Amino acid sequence: MSNHEITLTINGETVTRTVEARTLLVHFIREDLSLTGTHIGCDTTSCGACTVLVDGKPVKSCTMFAVQAEGADIETIESLAAGGSLHPLQEGFWEKHGLQCGYCTPGMIMSAKGFLAEHPNPTEDEIRHGISGNLCRCTGYNKIVEAIQYAAEKLQSAEAGGE
Amino acid sequence: MPQLEDRKEHHSELAEGVSARVSTTDQVQIKTPAKICGMGHRKKRKEDPRFIQGKGNYVDDVKLPGMLYMDIVRSPYAHAKIKSIDASAALEMEGVVAVITGEDLKAAGNLHWMPTLMSDTQMVLPIDKVVYYAQEVCAVIATSRYVAADAIEQVFVDYEPLDAVVDPFEALKDEVIVRDDKEKKTNHIWHWEAGDKAATDAVLKDAATVVKEKLYIPRIHVSSIETCGMVANYNKAREHMQIYMTSQAPHAHRTVFALVSGLPEHKIQIISPDIGGGFGGKVPVYPGYVICAVASLVTGKPVKWIEDRSENLQADSFARDYHIEAEMAANEDGKITGLRVKTLSDCGAADAAANPSKFPAGLYSICTGSYDMKAAHIEVDGVYTTKPPGGVAYRCSFRVTEAVHMIERMTDIMAHQLGEDPADFRLKNFIRPDQFPYKSPTGWEYDSGNYEGALKKAMEMIDYRALRQEQKEMRAKGELMGIGISSFTEVVGAGPSKDYDILGIKMFDSAEIRIHPTGKAMARFGTKSQGQGHETTYAQIIAEELGLPSDDIEVEEGDTDTAPYGLGTYASRSTPTAGAAAAMAARKIKAKAKKIAAHLLEVGEEDLEWNVDRFQVKGSPDQAKTIQEIAFAAYTNHPQGMEAGLEAVDYYDPPNLTFPFGSYICVVDIDKGTGEVKIRRFVAVDDCGHIINPMIVEGQIHGGLTMGLAPAMYEEIVYDENGQNLSGTFADYLLPTAVESPKWELGKTITPSPHHPIGAKGVGESPTVGAPPAIANAVVDALWHLGVRHIDIPITPQKVWKLLRDNGVTD
Repeated sequence: MSNHEITLTINGETVTRTVEARTLLVHFIREDLSLTGTHIGCDTTSCGACTVLVDGKPVKSCTMFAVQAEGADIETIESLAAGGSLHPLQEGFWEKHGLQCGYCTPGMIMSAKGFLAEHPNPTEDEIRHGISGNLCRCTGYNKIVEAIQYAAEKLQSAEAGGE
Repeated sequence: MPQLEDRKEHHSELAEGVSARVSTTDQVQIKTPAKICGMGHRKKRKEDPRFIQGKGNYVDDVKLPGMLYMDIVRSPYAHAKIKSIDASAALEMEGVVAVITGEDLKAAGNLHWMPTLMSDTQMVLPIDKVVYYAQEVCAVIATSRYVAADAIEQVFVDYEPLDAVVDPFEALKDEVIVRDDKEKKTNHIWHWEAGDKAATDAVLKDAATVVKEKLYIPRIHVSSIETCGMVANYNKAREHMQIYMTSQAPHAHRTVFALVSGLPEHKIQIISPDIGGGFGGKVPVYPGYVICAVASLVTGKPVKWIEDRSENLQADSFARDYHIEAEMAANEDGKITGLRVKTLSDCGAADAAANPSKFPAGLYSICTGSYDMKAAHIEVDGVYTTKPPGGVAYRCSFRVTEAVHMIERMTDIMAHQLGEDPADFRLKNFIRPDQFPYKSPTGWEYDSGNYEGALKKAMEMIDYRALRQEQKEMRAKGELMGIGISSFTEVVGAGPSKDYDILGIKMFDSAEIRIHPTGKAMARFGTKSQGQGHETTYAQIIAEELGLPSDDIEVEEGDTDTAPYGLGTYASRSTPTAGAAAAMAARKIKAKAKKIAAHLLEVGEEDLEWNVDRFQVKGSPDQAKTIQEIAFAAYTNHPQGMEAGLEAVDYYDPPNLTFPFGSYICVVDIDKGTGEVKIRRFVAVDDCGHIINPMIVEGQIHGGLTMGLAPAMYEEIVYDENGQNLSGTFADYLLPTAVESPKWELGKTITPSPHHPIGAKGVGESPTVGAPPAIANAVVDALWHLGVRHIDIPITPQKVWKLLRDNGVTD
């Protein structure tokens, strides 16, 4: 198995590591970088627990090799409150009870972050379709939808306030 | 069955305000101010900050120095002899440390077999033959996850395929014997009955109307998003086994590990860290856990085993798989008089359910449901097939979902058969509020209920009469619209020690509260949250009882070295058992606090009264000592002769089960061309007694409803005739996404449990139990006029389309 040196940015920090060609990005994040907030829930790209942002786009990191992330800018759940205060999505999930066991939550939040970047003012139906690649077994999704609506409103008003 | 009289024995002096008769309200009771945040407050969850920041600690996040990884070779056949296992090529691979086979486990002290929670036996690793597809055959231990996965491909197993037996009715013919390790060469495992056969036969014989139906409740899988896994860490120098495990019942698992392995129980520590959903799937002990622990014993190193999703779906415990034949009788007035049920329980290759030991079919005999009838008789037979063992719950209290689906379908069929409105028919047949405590014909004593209250509320919320009018108009236009009702009765909170145990261990549960000198507290429990929010709700119960702010109470579960012994979290038992223990332990503390307050205030105890967070002198509220002042005194100025400190433990043995209930109404529209069922509205009125945290209760109901929708419309584990699993990945086994899940509309009534210390009943599973028949009844209601009497779940577009085509609606 061939080894490759890769350099990428993760949560704002540039890292260089040697990885096997077949190393999945999710294993690279969880095991090489010890960022265990990103989870694994299936082996068929179905559940979305491993969702991270790659150059701003939500990607299921179980379906991408670490070597494919060479030069990429990756964001995981650990980046969201890095400044010391919670991101509006994190706040929304807490306020609206958008999580129970917490296992799908990081992937769900990262998926929602990517979605809101493209749909800053979404309808409920758009949110439901936007997170349909992420499975949650606990919440029945209603309160996740409310959490994302909360974040969308908060992000919108922050943007309006900034203008 | 439990009797009301028994209730009085336990803690009678501490169980305040308990009476047999209770009334119903729709107002959540709040007695504490926001700064204390006791029961009834919509408190944000204490556990969430770590989860929303990716700082949870699940089993796969545990990384120990020198840790090895395990992967499992699994059988490609449902039934086959093992002629040989050749692991030499695997053992030659760089990074492979060991291969563990059934022979190795046998040599290690007959560990190749283990007991199931139902006192049956199950292979850990086989020596002679495999009995289900994806069965564990041997395990590879390697220095990395990837090497272990490579190495299982280099283990060569020579099989001689045998005939599979997939259909339980075929299995009863005993032409293929699944368990030839047993003395009796039969696939029949057990026969179980409840109720009165003679009385039921007489009622059925004399009935004005009898309806009969066959129902299949298919095999499904809990599919928590986190699969199962373990990190076993054996320390040879200390002769100590530390285990991180996806466990809903860490204490029970510790005892099982001690009994099976021979390791002394005080040298085993099981830590169940954050758990990514359980739903019953993390109650059984799976072969992988045992092999992983043995691997650590053998290698002397920490070993991690994490299932793939496909392994989880293909080999771990299934739920349901009940083949039911039911007959319901009614008299000339349209009153239900009796119920006769025969059921075949497909157990797979071992009876590995997780029911209380005296209940091989769980609490299935609750199946007379919410209806008052004279007689009922239930027979269930368990049978082996060459499929994975199991029979665990799927967010359900021991086979109650099967019972509720049957009774709610049969009630609907009877109503339609008699030409009566299904709502009016239910209202006429309900157990009335004045009949509680109600003794059911199968021996249950329902604690409290107000079934007509819940149904009337649901009907009002959805405007039921207007919907019936609309349905009439739509039907005239040839459109297919259906309205389905489910008025379910749950039974949870196992259970009273007289009747309930698992492997002999009584099903009490526990709480231990320690108040620190500064008035902050630590509380530990024998249960284990998998998302239910115990860290928040248990703190709210203690806050309610002691007046300590719930934010000042740290709740901890899941470490067997520190938590008091308990049977764990499943079957909606945490609030009825450990929640009760929390209140009882708090009341013990309060009794001591009163003595300390009397000492501090220099008055007699009888001169004191409790007021939210303090003891005050009657008629002189300025003379008071807060719980924090009392806590400080307990360590600095306690009365001479009294033990210092302020702590208590309680092992709560519930006097009866609790009986949550509710009424759900579902409205569907059916696409005549495709057979697609669209849920237009779904109103759920739940009554779980007193509410600890309304936000968490809503979340539990939303999640439960979605796990009711799932088997009603999408999920089924399917096997081909060779016993191959055809639904072994999430690409084939369809969990509802946010798109399929409706916007649930919730309502509530509150009818407290008269015997529970805080009047709560439990809620996590009611909606999973209640929702499927509401959906199925709605679909059949839309199609009844075409001659459709019943459709087995999951109600897929294909099934509906076929019915529409057969009835000439579409072509």
